[in-house]
Amino acid sequence: MEFVRNHILTITLFTPLAGAVVVMLLNKERIDAIRWVANIFAFAGFLVSLPLVFWFQSAQPGFQFTEEAMWIPSIGARYSLGIDGISLLLVMLTTVLGSISILSSWTAIQDRVKEYYVFFLVLQTGMLGVFMSLDFFLFYVFWEVMLVPMYFLIGIWVGPNKLYAAIKFFLFTLFGSVLMLLGILVLYFSYHTQFGAYTFDIRQLISLNLPLNTQIWVFLAFFVGFAIKVPMFPFHTWLPDAHVEAPTAGSVILAGVLLKMGTYGFVRFSLPLLPGASADSRIVKFMVALSLIAIIYGALVSLMQKDWKKLVAYSSVSHLGFCTLGLFALTPNGIAGSVIQQINHGISTGALFLIVGIVYERRHTREISEYGGLSNVMPVFATIFMIITMSSIGVPALNGFIGEFTILQGTFEVNKVWAGLATIGIVLGAAYMLWLYQRTMFGPITNPKNEKLADLNWRELATLVPLVIWAFWIGLYPKPYFRVLEQPVAQIVQRVRPGYYAKRAVPVPAQPVVVPAQAQVTTEK
Amino acid sequence: MSGSYHLWLIPLLPLAGAAINGLLGRTRPRSFVSAVGVGSVSLACAYAFFTFLRFPWHAGDAYVERIAPWVVAGNLQIDFSLYLDPLSAVMVAVVTGVGLLIHIYSVGYMAHDPGYYRFFSYLNLFTFFMLTLVLAGNYLLMFVGWEGVGLCSYLLIGYWFTKKSAADAGKKAFIVNRVGDFGFTLAVISIYWMVGSLEFRQVFPAVASMPKETPMSAGPLTWICLLLLMGAAGKSAQLPLYVWLPDAMEGPTPVSALIHAATMVTAGVYMVARSGVLFTHAPLAMTAVAVVGAATALFAATIGVTQTDIKRVLAYSTISQLGYMFLACGVGAFGAGIFHLMTHAFFKALLFLGAGSVIHAIAGEQDMRKMGGLRQAIPWTYGTFLAAALAIAGIFPLSGFVSKDAILWKASPLGSPSGSWLYWLVGLATAGLTAFYVFRLFFLTFHGEPRSEAAHHAHESPRVMLAPLAVLAFLSVVGGFVGWPKALGGHDRFEAFLAPVFRLAEELAPAAHAAQEHAALEIGFSLLAVGVAALGIGLAWLLYVARPRLAERSAERLGALYRLVLNKYYVDEAYNFAIVRPLVVGSTRLLWRAIDVGVIDAAVDGVAQGARNIGGAARRLQSGNIRSYAGWVLAGAVLVVSFMTFLWAK
Repeated sequence: MEFVRNHILTITLFTPLAGAVVVMLLNKERIDAIRWVANIFAFAGFLVSLPLVFWFQSAQPGFQFTEEAMWIPSIGARYSLGIDGISLLLVMLTTVLGSISILSSWTAIQDRVKEYYVFFLVLQTGMLGVFMSLDFFLFYVFWEVMLVPMYFLIGIWVGPNKLYAAIKFFLFTLFGSVLMLLGILVLYFSYHTQFGAYTFDIRQLISLNLPLNTQIWVFLAFFVGFAIKVPMFPFHTWLPDAHVEAPTAGSVILAGVLLKMGTYGFVRFSLPLLPGASADSRIVKFMVALSLIAIIYGALVSLMQKDWKKLVAYSSVSHLGFCTLGLFALTPNGIAGSVIQQINHGISTGALFLIVGIVYERRHTREISEYGGLSNVMPVFATIFMIITMSSIGVPALNGFIGEFTILQGTFEVNKVWAGLATIGIVLGAAYMLWLYQRTMFGPITNPKNEKLADLNWRELATLVPLVIWAFWIGLYPKPYFRVLEQPVAQIVQRVRPGYYAKRAVPVPAQPVVVPAQAQVTTEK
Repeated sequence: MSGSYHLWLIPLLPLAGAAINGLLGRTRPRSFVSAVGVGSVSLACAYAFFTFLRFPWHAGDAYVERIAPWVVAGNLQIDFSLYLDPLSAVMVAVVTGVGLLIHIYSVGYMAHDPGYYRFFSYLNLFTFFMLTLVLAGNYLLMFVGWEGVGLCSYLLIGYWFTKKSAADAGKKAFIVNRVGDFGFTLAVISIYWMVGSLEFRQVFPAVASMPKETPMSAGPLTWICLLLLMGAAGKSAQLPLYVWLPDAMEGPTPVSALIHAATMVTAGVYMVARSGVLFTHAPLAMTAVAVVGAATALFAATIGVTQTDIKRVLAYSTISQLGYMFLACGVGAFGAGIFHLMTHAFFKALLFLGAGSVIHAIAGEQDMRKMGGLRQAIPWTYGTFLAAALAIAGIFPLSGFVSKDAILWKASPLGSPSGSWLYWLVGLATAGLTAFYVFRLFFLTFHGEPRSEAAHHAHESPRVMLAPLAVLAFLSVVGGFVGWPKALGGHDRFEAFLAPVFRLAEELAPAAHAAQEHAALEIGFSLLAVGVAALGIGLAWLLYVARPRLAERSAERLGALYRLVLNKYYVDEAYNFAIVRPLVVGSTRLLWRAIDVGVIDAAVDGVAQGARNIGGAARRLQSGNIRSYAGWVLAGAVLVVSFMTFLWAK
């Protein structure tokens, strides 16, 4: 038990990869065996991550479950893992959505089954690694590793334009990561200049003292990498194409988890490592402006889509706009709301992609006009779709509202006009989702092909019901979520706005631990 | 406050009913569904009244029930907390009482509908959310109810979802309400920002101790109240956000009675009254409430005069009557506004249910031009409808007379310091119009000769539908006596009961129940109002019973004006032209096709093309010649080294 406790992150991280290896060893003709193995390992991946929830100490500042090992001594790169409240939530989102998406692929994927599951499981490990790495180099490796399976997932299975979409995805994100790498190197070498040691450890890099100008340049380099991933306006155009061509499960993961890596990058690296730049009023205005544009623009474009999946894809642009807005409000509720909204988006948009996938599998089209009146033949499906719609448009008692409200509240503290503009997005959100719902679910069945559609089967229910429950949980009892976020968020706010808590006479939840700078690393060089 | 009242049971009972019917109702017989649906609401109603009887009203304090913490994010602390005071008690009584009657009525009205269980499940769910709204102890929980009733309204308007007009109307209602919610959301956040809490028990005293803002020094309270008004105008269908309510008549008639007349649409009035202390600190916002109310009352009444669909007339009538309630709140007469809310719930629910009984009797026809002469065929409906019509017209001594009169009096400068003769005049004119259009409806429906085949074969509704009509008729007739004014020798008990709620608000509007010296004048005003109402009824009789030709002729003579009103002042068309079309066209052509595809993607594809060209050139570097590779490696190394030397070695 002690061993498990000390290595829980590594175990969680590599369970999917182990699954990938086992699948690789199987004969590719044995499709059912492959499916079972992949599902078992994906679910096991969720189960082994579950103790994290129970063992996690919300009151304890800093990273937990840390694991350290030297990896490439010559450059000071280490295998160091650890999570705080923010990464805990994202890790859990990844393991839950990962197992759900793999379950959802059971009948959807009929050819190249083996490759599919291998890629998917590798992707899972890549994503988990991103959220667990405390070493910037390790982070970068996972970040890049994940690109490859995602590229193939977009590029092999569905859609007529899949190659275009896959290459677009690859180019966009690769371009971003190259600039990000430059930014990382600047931090790396600056640390050496200041402290005489080479390290990628973010707990060390945090003590860097960079001139504002350098910070801004590094921020911009990171920005390109993260903003493309989020995606923020105007880097969002790869997203609709990628979603349309990706298989259902790929979309679920892409929207549910991959996009969060961008926002995670901001909150884990940009804000704490570059506090001067992040709080610089030019940068804040720039980020907020892009977020607000994304919120309204995404919603408006979403309104007019004729393709069900594209509509959901554009709605992601709008939702993620809320997340970045909350982050750059630089207030506790803005940031905590943003992280919760990232989880919410994973839940509701993940479910929306599953929902599209379910009808796509039956009818092989995503044109909204091909549907209509599905409520008549698929009542259970209609009910779940309705709940998820409400969650997505932020109806209170469901999850979306909690995130949006705290983000708006956190933003309002800083600037009322920003909050006001963002609220327009909520109005438009109702418009595009309800219109979608009406066009697909209401009315008489006009298309004879829809008359015989079967309602959800047990496997499909098993993919959707957990998400519905999760949506209600966050909507009705979000307290535990805010509690795990309290420490890390307070530390970030202290970094970017040192006077925040003092000025408001609000007690700081805990004193951020500033790790002594040199000591640990120097010996290993 | 000591003692525990388990208020949470009141909303939870209908929720349980909704869940049971929603999950099991599909496979159960109708009797099971009706028992669960009606039973859960009657239990809630019984428990509510049981609680009210035990409650120490004389203490004058609100009872707050904290159930559990809800949102705890940093310093933002919000509970699931319920709040009982005379105001929420009146609302709970109306919601469960009138709601129960409408549930019973629905057993008959929806008897042959294939989605019976779904209907009752939604109806119970609505009751749950409405009770949450009125019992909530803070603004955020109130917002849960607020959005929840909106959702149920969406589901119930679009109940016959195979009908496109119904689905469209549901969507329109939700989106227009969302525009109002824009205001409500920002108002809630602003209140938190200003007071540091959203709990009523903390917000109201805090605001009460703030200095009153003046129109000249309009500050945060003023815009908070204006934002709240925006939310209220959305939910309560006031100018300029009223457009969804007439379309909402696509829903089944019991839904129109429950949601779009008696309860949900009054949520805006309730919210303004609940926030009374905020509003009285922001006189500019108060004026806005009064102006919006007065304008809506008159505006909607004029449209009501021309409509031919029986339910649409009633819809415009509801908008107009809600305008009265806003007017009352706007002049600081919150008690009068809530009083009218209650009596309106009685007689408007009755009018809708009566209309439903008519529609039921003649096979779904809603066009009054195809009705006529129904009084013999459906006498019970006729009789109860008459009671409601007289009540809404404000005929002495029915409930509508008492409550409307209180508002008119308070709207005048004699009744309240913020009153104005203009408000009073608008209110009086609206009263005349109201009497006219209601009796126009009444005569067209029940008098004259049957004007269609269906009207010849009308049949009376079953008892399960008539019983609620009878109870509501009774309430419409006598409901006013609880608030019989002092000027007419009464005790104004209703207002005295509510007084503790508005204590904080009224310290600033003291004259709201002063001016007793004008008792004689008040009686004179009442006589005048009844006279105007009688005039309206008489004119309706003249035009639609005595000289039917005259109506058509006068419509022709009015020509353009008549068409303008008939087409509802073309407001829907104007919104479509000014807001919906630009959004649709702009989003498609400009944002999506031009910016997304035309600019961003074109740029990316251009870069990709460029990269391909460069790649083509770079291919030549791959000559296969080892020495040339070595040269490139060297050049690269030099580049990296010089980069590091110049930039980082400093």
